[in-house]
Amino acid sequence: MTVATWVLAILFVFPLLWMILTAFKQESDAYTDPPKLFFKPTFDQISGVLKGDFLPYLGNSAFVTIISTLLVLLLGIPAAYALSLAPVKGTKNALSFFLSTKMLPIVAAIIPLYVISQNTNLLDTVWALIILYTAMNLPLAIWMMRSFFMEVPGEMIEAARIDGANLPTLLRKIIMPVVAPGVAATALICVIFSWTEFFYAVNLTAARAGTVPVFLVGFITSEGLYWAQLSAAALLASLPVMIVGWFAQNHLVRGLSMGAVK
Amino acid sequence: MSTLSVPAGTAPATTSRTEKKATNKTGKRRLPLLPALIFVIAVTQIPFLLTLFYSFQSWNLVRPGSQHFVGLQNYVDVFTDSTFLGALLNTVVLTVVCVFVSLLLGLGLAILLDRKFAGRGFVRTLLITPFLILPAAGALLWKTTMFDPTFGLLHFVFNTDVDWLSQFPLAAVMAQIVWQWTPFMMLLTLAGLQSQSKEVLEAASVDGANRWRTFFSITLPHLSRFLQLATLLGAIYIVNSFDAIFLMTQGGPGTASTNLPFYIYQRAFEGFDIGQSSAMGVVVVILTMIVATFALRLMFRAFSVDGGTK
Repeated sequence: MTVATWVLAILFVFPLLWMILTAFKQESDAYTDPPKLFFKPTFDQISGVLKGDFLPYLGNSAFVTIISTLLVLLLGIPAAYALSLAPVKGTKNALSFFLSTKMLPIVAAIIPLYVISQNTNLLDTVWALIILYTAMNLPLAIWMMRSFFMEVPGEMIEAARIDGANLPTLLRKIIMPVVAPGVAATALICVIFSWTEFFYAVNLTAARAGTVPVFLVGFITSEGLYWAQLSAAALLASLPVMIVGWFAQNHLVRGLSMGAVK
Repeated sequence: MSTLSVPAGTAPATTSRTEKKATNKTGKRRLPLLPALIFVIAVTQIPFLLTLFYSFQSWNLVRPGSQHFVGLQNYVDVFTDSTFLGALLNTVVLTVVCVFVSLLLGLGLAILLDRKFAGRGFVRTLLITPFLILPAAGALLWKTTMFDPTFGLLHFVFNTDVDWLSQFPLAAVMAQIVWQWTPFMMLLTLAGLQSQSKEVLEAASVDGANRWRTFFSITLPHLSRFLQLATLLGAIYIVNSFDAIFLMTQGGPGTASTNLPFYIYQRAFEGFDIGQSSAMGVVVVILTMIVATFALRLMFRAFSVDGGTK
């Protein structure tokens, strides 16, 4: 069973391993028949991509991802609080409204979004993406964080209230320590979805505000002629999220399941 | 305990207390919710209203001043457009097949991972990675190094000259999407498996239930909420699939792998036909709402069923 699991796992991720191998090939080694498993590794492709115009796209991705994730937390934490620890009337309606926005196909809104961004001079700026990614991630984030807030024992809050703690103190001393891991997991998921988002980015940005996925589009015009360079670019573009995801995979599992199933 | 998981009427005391408090200080209590609510309404609902408005207009972006009211004409055109109907069918096939296959594969992998063995952490790390790489990168990777008819790995492994992307475009796109989404399904199922109560499993083995019996009578019912959730979230994202089609096949050859998001994109950004693509958008929203109503109901039922975890 163990051997079978290993074999299956390696087969499953083989395209990815192949991409990593190809990223260290010379172009002439990248497309051969039969494919080459052994070759003299080179950093030419990696450094070629880094010397090209990749870095501005990377900068845009980082900026958009960080700012929109911070905005999600800024707007989402109070909302999750209102929907869990101090439930307002219509909590269920608010929650189903948030969830329902996730079900509306994004393609149906792209035309007005294009026209609006054009009229407000936001087209091809990072701000258009920041606003949209915040709205895209906020519903799921509120839903997830709400369930983490539910973990805070009500008696603890009552006791602190009786002792005269006001809301900021309550948040800082009692609530935040309990919900911090959940908030971190939520932020992580927002980071992944923002970093990998393609549809808005490809339609609403061009050279100035393009993110990393938009950078990769440049490769389809070359008809796949530069496989090694494409692999290097794909690897570099994915690496930040891959590393974050690897180190936080336990949070990811917890965040996804607890956040949604609890 | 979540408010949603409380079946109506089982906790009258707490509910009425909370509601009384809420009405006393409604304004103040709503305050933290409002910024998020207003933001989401503004960014998601206003564009849809505009889409609805545009869908009654004849408007081509490259012809300035062409915008005028045409009533339902765009809708008539949409439903008599065979490409639209084909794209609708492709979307349904793509979503159903990809969700089902990736769920099944994810479940299988999760079961394999839900045991202690040497290198389990590493194998799990390997398996979640396709979910972490950029979908755009994954799509280009499959288009080139996997599916290329001359130098691709599939050509080498199966020793055929099949040009996957032109002979089986929809299946090729689906293979990439399944690859991308299996880890997500696996993560959710694994979380479900690991949240199983060990005592119940032990009790089952003490009672002499074999592996299959235990799986079907205990594990699967326990997993059902997780599987439903995985289906729902997966469907939401896969229905909107655009990256793989845009980068791998451009909807082709012909319209063989065109799905609705890609077709609307084409009509809007290559045909500049705002009116007609808006009408398609509205039709998609209505169809999604019909499906989603059922899905939401399923989801709320999943929330209110207590799957033996207490």
